Amino acid sequence: MSERIVELEVLRFNPETDTEPRFQRYSVPCMNEWVVLDALNHVKESIDPTLSYRWSCHMAVCGSCGMMINGEPKLACKAFLREYEGVIRVEPLAHFPIQRDLVTVIDDFVTKLKRVKPYLIPKEDQPVEAGEFRQSPAELKRYKQYTLCINCMLCYAACPEYGLVPKFIGPAAISLAHRYNEDSRDGGREERQQEIASNEGVWECSFVGACSEVCPEHVDPAGALQQIKIKSTVDWYKEHAMPWSKK
Amino acid sequence: MAKSNKPIVWGLFAAGGTVTAFLTPALVLLTLLPVFGVMPELLAYDNLRAFAGHWMGKLVLFGILLLMMWHAAHRLRVTLHDFGVRADGAVAVAVYLAAAAGTLAAAYFLLRI
Repeated sequence: MSERIVELEVLRFNPETDTEPRFQRYSVPCMNEWVVLDALNHVKESIDPTLSYRWSCHMAVCGSCGMMINGEPKLACKAFLREYEGVIRVEPLAHFPIQRDLVTVIDDFVTKLKRVKPYLIPKEDQPVEAGEFRQSPAELKRYKQYTLCINCMLCYAACPEYGLVPKFIGPAAISLAHRYNEDSRDGGREERQQEIASNEGVWECSFVGACSEVCPEHVDPAGALQQIKIKSTVDWYKEHAMPWSKK
Repeated sequence: MAKSNKPIVWGLFAAGGTVTAFLTPALVLLTLLPVFGVMPELLAYDNLRAFAGHWMGKLVLFGILLLMMWHAAHRLRVTLHDFGVRADGAVAVAVYLAAAAGTLAAAYFLLRI
């Protein structure tokens, strides 16, 4: 277990006293196997208790500690110090307003998530006595990957289109809509299409693919969005060129 | 919220991208062959002209040219947007008009063969 002094350059912003965000340097004695979150925790405990940031599980499950580390969206609990040299710059997630220090305002994402109805809308109501809705392993496989999203919003910080066009519903919310659309028990696709097949939905995506590169859970949001584009195109031709076809 | 009409242009873009991805390497290869002194009889002028002269050949060529041009137009529109050109409406009209003109030209020249 070797120790090393890590230079952290952390963005600070206190809305009550600051007009502009600024950077603050901390020299942190760190263990070699620590992650950036450990270093931040050490700062908070022993150097500067005023530093604010979100975290909870420390194991890439809760999705709270997303931040820009050397300009790249990362979970602070998954960013190992041994992979960085020199000064490590830590900033709040890009494309979100700063609430305080590394804490961002995430209302925009939460509102969009609600709009796409990311929950099961059963095809048919069934009394409890009728038993469970059964699903084959193949049916499970169709959507399982998209259930792994932890709402960490790294994909929003990585997406240049979201940066350009803030009304874009964005990678995670659309992928979660896709997760339920692909579920054999679900019957809510048409409701979700009203949101995700709109101009603000999947059509704002230009397939840069950065979302899938930064996703810590390998959800592949870019893949989900391309699949939705193909299905929405088929829908469009059915609705406009073949009005007699069943929707 | 209303569903988008972008599927019209995106459908052509996606189909065109697929066709282009398969055909471009073949076209590069066929262009390079004569450089290395290989001229297959199959690719001789008379043969290619006969291919383009048959109605089925015309149809295939027209389909490929149409998809390629609409793919390029949409790609250019998105690229310009990514480069910071914010006049999306004007860009869309310009690039799709160019694709439409190219499509008509392809039809005109194919029908003349």
